[in-house]
Amino acid sequence: MTTLDAGTVAEDRVAVASNWRLVWWRFRRHHLAMLSAVLLIGLYVVVLMPDFFATQDPERTDARQAFIPVQMVHLFDDGKLAPWVPAIAGKRNPVTLRMEWTTDKQRKVPIRFFAPGHRWRVLGLFETNLHLIAPADPTQRIFLLGSDRLGRDQWSRIMHGTQTSMTVGLVAVALSVILGVVLGGISGYVGGKTDQVIQRVIELLQSVPTIPIWLALSAALPRDWTPTEIFFAITVILSLVGWTTLGREVRGRFLALREEDFVLAARLAGCSQMRIILRHMVPTFLSHIIATSSLAIPVMIINETSLSFLGLGIRPPAISWGVLLQEAQNIQTLALAPWLLIPGLVVIVAVLAFNLVGDGLRDAADPYSQ
Amino acid sequence: MTRYILRRLALLPLLMVVYSFVIFVIIQAPPGDFLTAYVATLASSGSSMSAEQVQALRQQYGLDQPMIVQYVLWLQHLLHGDFGLSLEYQRPNADLIGEQLGLTLALALFSLVLTWVIAVPAGIYSATHPRSWGDHALTVINYVGVATPNFMLALILMWIAFAYFDISVTGLFSPEFADAPWSLARVLDLLGHIWLPALVLGIAGTARLSRIMRANLLDELNKPYVVTARAKGMKEWRLVLRYPVRLAFNPLVSTIGWYLPLLFSGSLIVATVMNLPNIGPLLLRALVNQDMYLAGGILLIYSFLTVLGTLLSDILLALIDPRIRVEG
Repeated sequence: MTTLDAGTVAEDRVAVASNWRLVWWRFRRHHLAMLSAVLLIGLYVVVLMPDFFATQDPERTDARQAFIPVQMVHLFDDGKLAPWVPAIAGKRNPVTLRMEWTTDKQRKVPIRFFAPGHRWRVLGLFETNLHLIAPADPTQRIFLLGSDRLGRDQWSRIMHGTQTSMTVGLVAVALSVILGVVLGGISGYVGGKTDQVIQRVIELLQSVPTIPIWLALSAALPRDWTPTEIFFAITVILSLVGWTTLGREVRGRFLALREEDFVLAARLAGCSQMRIILRHMVPTFLSHIIATSSLAIPVMIINETSLSFLGLGIRPPAISWGVLLQEAQNIQTLALAPWLLIPGLVVIVAVLAFNLVGDGLRDAADPYSQ
Repeated sequence: MTRYILRRLALLPLLMVVYSFVIFVIIQAPPGDFLTAYVATLASSGSSMSAEQVQALRQQYGLDQPMIVQYVLWLQHLLHGDFGLSLEYQRPNADLIGEQLGLTLALALFSLVLTWVIAVPAGIYSATHPRSWGDHALTVINYVGVATPNFMLALILMWIAFAYFDISVTGLFSPEFADAPWSLARVLDLLGHIWLPALVLGIAGTARLSRIMRANLLDELNKPYVVTARAKGMKEWRLVLRYPVRLAFNPLVSTIGWYLPLLFSGSLIVATVMNLPNIGPLLLRALVNQDMYLAGGILLIYSFLTVLGTLLSDILLALIDPRIRVEG
């Protein structure tokens, strides 16, 4: 080995590397995609335990603390590491009789990291009161991203909204993938009449005016359903149309692969149908399915957010990014409290990250192409 | 060609029947029927309805009969141009929809034109200056444009206009023209307002189309005929516009098939946020208030527009590119 130069070693590594390793190597070269992947992993940590990141109960209301502006976190005080947020000072406007809040940088509210706060359950298993950020004085309320018209803490609500919105995207795409792979697979593998029927159904679904039909379906959901039932109904509604793109793609792959030599060889070697499909055909386009579905998640998130924003998606008391943005619907309110638009920025960042990761995966999915 | 168009047109009624059935099932789904909601609305507004009137309406719509019979009745009314009566507005649905349909179409088509007018030059610039600063900037705009939900962009623009310039960018007309009869001044006023919602509606599509244009054109620019033309001393801009752009154009035309329907259904959200006269907000209200025949009528219109959009793009594509086989 020592006699070989580095180039040959690298070539040897490429020659024996598995398909997945090659995909990983290629994906790693895509710096923006890597960065986005880290961001997404962070967001899914929030999904797992939003309460840890929340500073208080997202439902806690206090009308006297409505529309409090953003309290920016400062890490250093007098050059020492002592995190604090500026205190808020309220004054009633004598003309409009509205409370007007300002942040007062002279008065500091000390905060702690990994400090106790309200109690919550980790994955529903055991109780703890540990939080990422908490005020040093537990009776104090801090509003890292301001508060809404009911005095609820927007930071904590965004954490909980992240849980719902990111899960909707993932579950809806998972459903689409199952539907798309099964129906597309049947369509491509069986062919004939079955193929015809499935293709016509796909065409029909693809030419449906999506947003109006989604709205009508959501409006048809019974009013007395629990937030969880609504949540699953919305994901099913979103994936009803979502599976068709993937179904088409899987069918095309099956059609092309059916005639390949390695499939014929497997058949001659006496492999069962299931084994040919699962062991020989699916792995060749699995990376494409992953890439396509990772590009479908952001579309689902935008759709969910739009439906909820219009009041026909996820409904309060459940919290999602779209539900939070409902607070920003009124332009006068928005002029008064522009921080209510922050959930929208979270949506944009998350969707951007998904798109970048999806693009990276798509480029990496076929490691033998140039 | 004529045969192809005729066959596609013949398929149209069949599709609409399928859609109308699906739509009827959906608008039927909420509990209670049209009349219970109607009577409740009347009661809440203080007036009431005699038992005979209720009975007459019940028979007119066949609400005492099984769903499939109701559907056939609805279809029969539709075929006579009768979209039923809106319980909220107390007016024929056909009038309500008709008033706003024109502006709905205008918004979508204007947005389509705007998209193309921006996307094609942007794509040509990106392809002829690959990896330049301009190209990189367009790439960033593309990613952010695709990632921003329509309503978010509308909200941000409205907020900036309101908070910093103290102007309202909602609506399609200035107050003095809102209910005025059509005139040249009103059309000009409309043009002065419509571009912003059209831009908001088309931003994601513009981003995507300019990328498609860029990719297509880059493929063409590497072909030998371009090199030959350049070697013969053809002027650069003429060389690019003469053939490669025309060829790169064709795949773009095929996008109208999915893009136009997207604009129709996307306009629902933009119109709701920006308070535009459009069938979208009308549908939203109808759905929330269970005004089922109004909702059904609007959903049918949306489906019709969607199918029509797809059909138009297929015909257009077959017309401009003779290589596309239309038979079989």
